[in-house]
Amino acid sequence: MTYAFFTGCNTPARLPQYEHTARIVLGRLGVTLENCREFTCCGYPLRNVDQKAFILSAAGNMAFAERSGRDILVLCQCGFGTFKEAQYRLKANETLKEEINRRLRRQGLSYEGRVEVTHVLSVLYHAVGLEVLNKAATIQMNGLKVAAHYGCHALRPSRITRFDDPVAPSLFDELIRATGAESVDWDEKLNCCGAPLTGVNDQVSSELTRNKIRSGIAAGADCLCTACPYCQLQFDQVQARLLSEGRLEKALPSILYPQLLGLCMGIGGEDLGLKENHINIDPIRSFL
Amino acid sequence: MFFDLFLYGSLAVFTIGLAYKMHLWFSGHIVDSQTVVGTKTRVGRALRGIPAALFSVRVIALFRSLLLDVVFQRRILKESAYRWAMHMLIFWGFMLLLLMHALENWVSSSLFDDYASTLNPYFFLRGIFGLMAVAGVVMAVYRRQPGRVPRLRTTAADRYALCIIGIIILSGFFLEGAKILSYADFSRMVEDYADTDDAQELQALEAYWVKEMGVFSPNMKGPFEPGVIRQGLELHEMSCQACHSASQSAFVGYGLSLAMRPMASVLEDMAAVNILWTIHILACFFGLAFLPFSKMFHIIATPLSLLSNAVMDPRRSYPANIATRQMLELDACARCGTCSLRCSSVPAFEAMDNAAILPSERLQMLKRLANGKRLSDGEMKAVRDGIIICTNCDRCTVVCPSGIDLRDLWVNVREDLVQGQAEGQSLMLSTFSFARGLQKERIAADAYERPLRAARQSIMDTWRSCCEPQDALFTLGGKSRSGVGFAHNADSFLSCFGCQNCTTVCPVVAQFENPQAALGLLPHQIMYSLGLGLIEQACASEMLWACTTCYQCQEHCPQNVEVTDILYDLKVMALKGPSKAVEQSPKRHWQQAA
Repeated sequence: MTYAFFTGCNTPARLPQYEHTARIVLGRLGVTLENCREFTCCGYPLRNVDQKAFILSAAGNMAFAERSGRDILVLCQCGFGTFKEAQYRLKANETLKEEINRRLRRQGLSYEGRVEVTHVLSVLYHAVGLEVLNKAATIQMNGLKVAAHYGCHALRPSRITRFDDPVAPSLFDELIRATGAESVDWDEKLNCCGAPLTGVNDQVSSELTRNKIRSGIAAGADCLCTACPYCQLQFDQVQARLLSEGRLEKALPSILYPQLLGLCMGIGGEDLGLKENHINIDPIRSFL
Repeated sequence: MFFDLFLYGSLAVFTIGLAYKMHLWFSGHIVDSQTVVGTKTRVGRALRGIPAALFSVRVIALFRSLLLDVVFQRRILKESAYRWAMHMLIFWGFMLLLLMHALENWVSSSLFDDYASTLNPYFFLRGIFGLMAVAGVVMAVYRRQPGRVPRLRTTAADRYALCIIGIIILSGFFLEGAKILSYADFSRMVEDYADTDDAQELQALEAYWVKEMGVFSPNMKGPFEPGVIRQGLELHEMSCQACHSASQSAFVGYGLSLAMRPMASVLEDMAAVNILWTIHILACFFGLAFLPFSKMFHIIATPLSLLSNAVMDPRRSYPANIATRQMLELDACARCGTCSLRCSSVPAFEAMDNAAILPSERLQMLKRLANGKRLSDGEMKAVRDGIIICTNCDRCTVVCPSGIDLRDLWVNVREDLVQGQAEGQSLMLSTFSFARGLQKERIAADAYERPLRAARQSIMDTWRSCCEPQDALFTLGGKSRSGVGFAHNADSFLSCFGCQNCTTVCPVVAQFENPQAALGLLPHQIMYSLGLGLIEQACASEMLWACTTCYQCQEHCPQNVEVTDILYDLKVMALKGPSKAVEQSPKRHWQQAA
């Protein structure tokens, strides 16, 4: 299994441990990640700024991957949703595709829609498979209660992303169970973390975040589990700020799924970058 | 005398220029907030900071950076082997020539007892070094052919730098060739250094030099008797050899002398050696004098930038030193274009046609600001927009071979630039602001909110002024184009049958006691208003800037209305402003029809 590794912009700059952990864990599971220097921004921040720029960004990246004949693996759910949306639009609108290809041709590229874009959770679930994961997770999490956070842009709009059932998804829960942890039922499970509004409308954004955290705590979770740098940064860095401002009573630390899996595969906490968390996630190790 | 005059003159201009540039490092600023720190403070902090770095553990980092970044230039190698080879050839070719040849009286003569410029290995090495530099220049010229490297711009400054090096080296080679040929030079040397006055012996020496050393003599051409040559060789070994290795060692000069041989007497008559010497010297001195004002200044600024960034921690450095370093960094930029090659926002640049999105272009514009030049309103807006359309991926910073902390530069400059506009920064109403949001604690509370609040208000006010009171009279039905341009199924709002599911599931609506008051139009109302052609109302709503794009509305719509995507389109339209949208508005057609 070889993929063109799309790290995006957020992860390498603000959450490098996510990339680092993903490389280690996926490497051990037999997934080869190819670096592609030409990858640019996926286009997500441009979605409400300039539609052509957003499509061009996504199409350009996919064209690069097409050239090397590799499917793309993304770490970020916002990026994943952006790619899927761009694929959908380009498939439906031939004029748009022609216009985009006209621009891409200047760089010797062309987008033909041949490349699959998958999120790391899908790769783990479908390509690697639960059987392999169960075998790889030699140490199990005993009694750990995890509030699985599916995020928004992978699940929805489900007609386009086809990631999982939008109302009763199970992919992430099963991946979490493979580590021996329990994936709790919580009210706010499928709701937004608030990250898209951070820096834009912090009032609304932090309210969304607090609702999520309070719901997770109310359901008895020990931690949140994410698979997107925006969500993780929101639940870690922004939550830390909310706690320090006294706008949250209790903390609910958040861990990235590859880190959780990595712990169960016996990889050391230092390698997984657990220390980088703003809200201490170390206590989770007591469940091993 | 001529030589000394020009040497000291150009040294003086160089020194004055250098002093002026360094003065700007300590007194100049890019944005107004940096004026808070005065020149005296900056000089003071620097004078304290530099020894502090030298006499501490950080000196190791300094030496590492000196070795790896300045001498070995590993940052260039990481990006491109071709560029590394090109730059090493130019850099080392020129530097070694400077040390060994230009400064021969100070460097070479002190290091080597037997030094003579026409003696091997120095004679041979001069050719090698010169050839290295020329090869590098050729590689550079090739690289800067239009279209070869994406987004690389070549300006007059870049052309000057390559030209001055080329002229210096090439004139040197031709000078060497002319000197090898020159009979006048040979005669003068014989007068000064030959150990004999005997006419026949001098003839033999001349014969030797014509045959073996490449001199062109008007008196004799050969072929020569072996006996004469043997005699000449003896005299050569006595009087000349101590300082003169075979002319062929200077292989480039010798090659050129062979090429120029047919015109040798003409060259002799016009004193070509003097002319070429003058060109060579003037080129060198002009290059020296003009250095602080040209691209070649990066020879001084770039190592300083690399070294200071090796020891300065942006989180703990004094603002005074950061301000000084940022002025220095503007000079350290050699316009290599690596940052713009690797920039994540390149597709945005291509689609939106704003050159200031590219780091290298933006930096040049900031440099003009820092040098006191005014940018037009349009250019300022381009810089502001460009600096906002930055994904903060930090790639530019990682790849910069001059060690410029671009990340820090953008963050510092951005905060200043986004304040002060009454209409706010509309492009900040996007997830480009995520990184700024994470750094909220570092920005004063009102300064943080101001550009966002002002943008929202400005957009809503602009669109509200376009809303006409009689809009409510139009009813749904019969419309084919939404005027909303881009979403694939933007017209899907026509399927809306008013179930209000979208509003019910919206997590943002759920936050408010009185959502209507807080958000203006609610999601279902926006869909309805589109049906009525009330685009302006939709674009004027506060809901657009509170939507978190979670797609719950679109997911749960029983009629497949692409609610979120339509909202995305409306946001784009709202940011662009009414003038573009009104053309597409269907209202005009209806009014005409009615």
